[in-house]
Amino acid sequence: MKLVYFAWVRERVGRTDEQVVLPDGIATVADLVRWLKGRGEEYAYAFENEGVVRAAIDHVHVKPEARIEGAREIAFFPPMTGG
Amino acid sequence: MDFTIRIQAEPFDSAAETAALTRGRAEIGAVVAFTGLCRDEGGRLAALELEHYPGMAEAEIGRIADQAASRWPLLGLTIVHRFGRIAPGEEIVLVVTASVHRQAAFEAASFLMDYLKTQAPFWKREHLKDGTVGTWVDAKEADDRAVERWR
Repeated sequence: MKLVYFAWVRERVGRTDEQVVLPDGIATVADLVRWLKGRGEEYAYAFENEGVVRAAIDHVHVKPEARIEGAREIAFFPPMTGG
Repeated sequence: MDFTIRIQAEPFDSAAETAALTRGRAEIGAVVAFTGLCRDEGGRLAALELEHYPGMAEAEIGRIADQAASRWPLLGLTIVHRFGRIAPGEEIVLVVTASVHRQAAFEAASFLMDYLKTQAPFWKREHLKDGTVGTWVDAKEADDRAVERWR
């Protein structure tokens, strides 16, 4: 599964993207965030405020309870400031 | 109805985009063109840097455009959103809506801008005149409220 990061989430994590192999029991976006936060202080910093970082699965906005089974690409990013 | 949606680094010409949308289309009675510009924040700002999520930006704007087309009887729609470094005075985003009457064109343009600001995957960072890279621009609560009124 590919993870991609944007804006200050990318800067805090320290990379633009990565391939990950998830352990069993990671069913939702919220599970994935919890797992990422345990991988190192850069991830803990990026996701320190629960509910601030947004997620998308395969280019579609999703909520934390969204299931990730079958996802090709999951993105994490701050609230958007386009327009 | 065919949309034109472009994500690009290059500047665009609002008048030329509007003319292209309405040319030869005598059934169009109203066209609204909104252009969002980079402002200098009281002289503080040297440029805005816009990061985007390639692929999702096009997909999400397409979904927003589909919603607008299902709510209002549009005869034409053009959306252009820039990314990269943009100087004060330059354009960032363009929404052009065309319809038979003005109300649909006005409302659809307003809806599209509210959704673009809060749902399209773009992020602004400030570059300051003193040469430093400023902070990422915070999302505004007012923008979230603006999108709520369409629900």
